[in-house]
Amino acid sequence: MENLLAIIIGAIFVNNFILTRFLGLCPFFGVSRRTKPALGMGLAVIFVMTLSSIITWIVYNLILVPLNIQYLQIIVFILVIATLVQFVELFLKKANPVLHKALGIYLPLITTNCAVLGVAFLNVQENYSFIAALVFGISAGVGFLLALLLMSGIRERMELSKVPKAFEGLPVAFIVAALMSMAFLAFSGMIR
Amino acid sequence: MQQNSFLELTKGIFKKNPIFCLVLGLCPFLAVSTSLDNAIGMGAAATFVLLFSSIIISLIRKKIPDKIRIPIFITIIASFVTIASLFMQAYLPALNKALGIYVPLIVVNCIILGRAEAFASKNNTLKSTLDGLGMGIGFTLSLLLISFIREFLGTGSLRLFGISLISIPIEPAMVFILAPGALLVMGLLLGLFRHIGSKRKA
Repeated sequence: MENLLAIIIGAIFVNNFILTRFLGLCPFFGVSRRTKPALGMGLAVIFVMTLSSIITWIVYNLILVPLNIQYLQIIVFILVIATLVQFVELFLKKANPVLHKALGIYLPLITTNCAVLGVAFLNVQENYSFIAALVFGISAGVGFLLALLLMSGIRERMELSKVPKAFEGLPVAFIVAALMSMAFLAFSGMIR
Repeated sequence: MQQNSFLELTKGIFKKNPIFCLVLGLCPFLAVSTSLDNAIGMGAAATFVLLFSSIIISLIRKKIPDKIRIPIFITIIASFVTIASLFMQAYLPALNKALGIYVPLIVVNCIILGRAEAFASKNNTLKSTLDGLGMGIGFTLSLLLISFIREFLGTGSLRLFGISLISIPIEPAMVFILAPGALLVMGLLLGLFRHIGSKRKA
């Protein structure tokens, strides 16, 4: 139980996927201009990340390991995730059009989000159990959402302030992210 | 023609540098830029994948059905990433450990899929080879630049393959080796490049 708590806090704060592992930076800078799309993207990532964490765990431990073909993990994981995203999109379109409308445009972007694939590789690397992989998937997604929301809030405010011409847009966003990341360093003593 | 192929090669290095002009492929870029050794390792691996996937894709571009081209591209890229990753595990275990999950993550590096979709699937093999090579070199050079700054400021010394190049007797600023340093240096460099770019146009 204590172990799971460490995973949760570790994935959300200490090793935040965006701010300390640099996974998923492209959507982080791409959709953090406004709070509302940031929320949509974050929720879509939590959803897909949790599902893909479970499914890649099952595929790895029940198919790749027994057959002794772990070296195929890169190809298998990326194809599983791409297929999964397609399925989720089709399913949502039929089952819940409202949710599909809210998350729909972010889903294709998630396929090439390194954070989702990163979770799958980290599960293998850390040798997580099924429950741990599930918890890790959810908390990594929550950490992603947290960083994205904070960033979009800051960027909305920043539009009103004066920024040197050369730093407008992306450069200043990087510097803001650096300051946020520095703030998150304060969590680094929480778990060893 | 000679002039033209030269352009295909150099545009990836300066004019369309994947990192500073197109701002693609950031995840592995920032994470491994803590030392020159890591930068060279990651740059070489990414260039290898970029070069060979560009060659293969441009060779079979007329046979690929348009509707399923993206999954095909990804499978080809993933195969080369697997080769690079297995090679590193076998011959360069220390580097493999330092780069960690960022080696397999080359698969989702947007530069590689981006070049496959935007260039290799539309151009002949010679051009695509040069394009892939140029983009790879551009990526590696940018990686070297940022690692140079981070390693120098963060540790106060520069090391290449275990040999110490320079060291300065001042207190190093640890923060540059940690995560915030990468974002800060990247932001400042982007601003600098943009400033130079706008000066040139005027």
